[in-house]
Amino acid sequence: MTDVDMSVCFQCKKCDSGCPVSNLTGSPPSEILRRLHLAAGNELLTSDLVWMCVSCETCFARCPMGIDIPSVIDALRGLAVERKTPAPEGNMPLFNRVFLKTVKFFGRTYDLGMIVAHKIGTRTYMKDADKFPVMLKKRKIALLPPRGADRKMAKRIFDSVRRKKESQK
Amino acid sequence: MKYAYYPGCASDSTAREQHASCVAVARSLGIDLAEIAGWICCGTTPAHQTDRVLAASLPAANLVRAQKMGLDIVVTCAACYSMLKMANYEVLHHPQVREHVSEALGQDYDGSVRVRHFVEVLLEDVEIDRIRKALKHSLNGLKVACYYGCLLVRPPEVNQFDDPENPTSLDRLVTAMGGESLDWPHKVECCGGALSLTRTDVVVKLSDAVLTMARAAGADCVAVACPMCQINLDLRQSDIKKETGRDHNLPIIYITQLLGLCLGIAADELGLEKLMVSPESVVKRLTRVEELV
Repeated sequence: MTDVDMSVCFQCKKCDSGCPVSNLTGSPPSEILRRLHLAAGNELLTSDLVWMCVSCETCFARCPMGIDIPSVIDALRGLAVERKTPAPEGNMPLFNRVFLKTVKFFGRTYDLGMIVAHKIGTRTYMKDADKFPVMLKKRKIALLPPRGADRKMAKRIFDSVRRKKESQK
Repeated sequence: MKYAYYPGCASDSTAREQHASCVAVARSLGIDLAEIAGWICCGTTPAHQTDRVLAASLPAANLVRAQKMGLDIVVTCAACYSMLKMANYEVLHHPQVREHVSEALGQDYDGSVRVRHFVEVLLEDVEIDRIRKALKHSLNGLKVACYYGCLLVRPPEVNQFDDPENPTSLDRLVTAMGGESLDWPHKVECCGGALSLTRTDVVVKLSDAVLTMARAAGADCVAVACPMCQINLDLRQSDIKKETGRDHNLPIIYITQLLGLCLGIAADELGLEKLMVSPESVVKRLTRVEELV
């Protein structure tokens, strides 16, 4: 996991005050920390903040105890994927997977491939459909996969990370 | 003034105009940007949400290449900037991560390549005075809300870019260009960034809050330095209108596009036509410097 010391949190809730999604989530950052103190189980992984957190780093920047809360959330995401927690609204785990797959394959992101794969996985075919023609016309979405990256290096990195994960199991 | 240039993936898709305007401005100011051959994606949010070593190794592969060029690395995308800075920080502070990274790359990386945002190069290396002297046009009092978002300034101990709560780098450039940089409270609020495609409803809410505040402050446009900020604030204005009825109609323009215009670079070279909300009102305000005197 991470090497963050969460035990120093004294529930001042400065993280919640600055969190851009705290009024949209059921469990603001301070609650996540408190529940971890109280030895939360897998139920914590279904808290909507785990995937709604925008990784804006505001909580970390303002925490008087310097707790790296975004790294805690990232660690929870890792556990949620590992323990096969049901996909959250928007299915960010799928998004991450298809995003990284294009990076592994092409060495760089391939937006079109990633968007299509995420749409198929979430069955949201019509979402933003009005935007694609104009985005394509303005060449804000590239039709062809990216070229010029050191694909071998990208693959090497992904393979090495996979091996490390497997050896830790 | 020569740098190893890391364009980032958005330079070939959503942020083509940021890349184009950065390159054009650099050329005009005599900054030599040598693109890193074979650069790979920094991994951005999906990488750090997935694995710590992956999130450090992808950027590190590019840092190693810059190191071989013997140059500082220059970035325009705030997300790439943050990932590259974080990779350095991880390698320098966590020996175990460094070990895993060197295993992944097949060579050791010591975390010593200096990572700079193009805005830092403008302010620290070129310097305001020289930029001011090169300007052909003035923004002539255009009211600009400078928006920094998250990843340029946070986390502060890693990025060390300006003041994390009230940064002024973009404001200083806007002021030098003859614009009026606005004092407003949402400079470093989040637009929803990473949730752009997955939780668009959240992005619409957060971007609406930023734009509502910019308008309340009297902004004629918003200046940005991050592709995610740009696309969310620009593209989502039509969704905000549909959902809330608020028609912000605010051009969201890259700081390098504004600077390019003031340096007298042609609009098409700066990719102005790629913005969703037309920046015509901004272009119309440009006044030749000599006409102001």
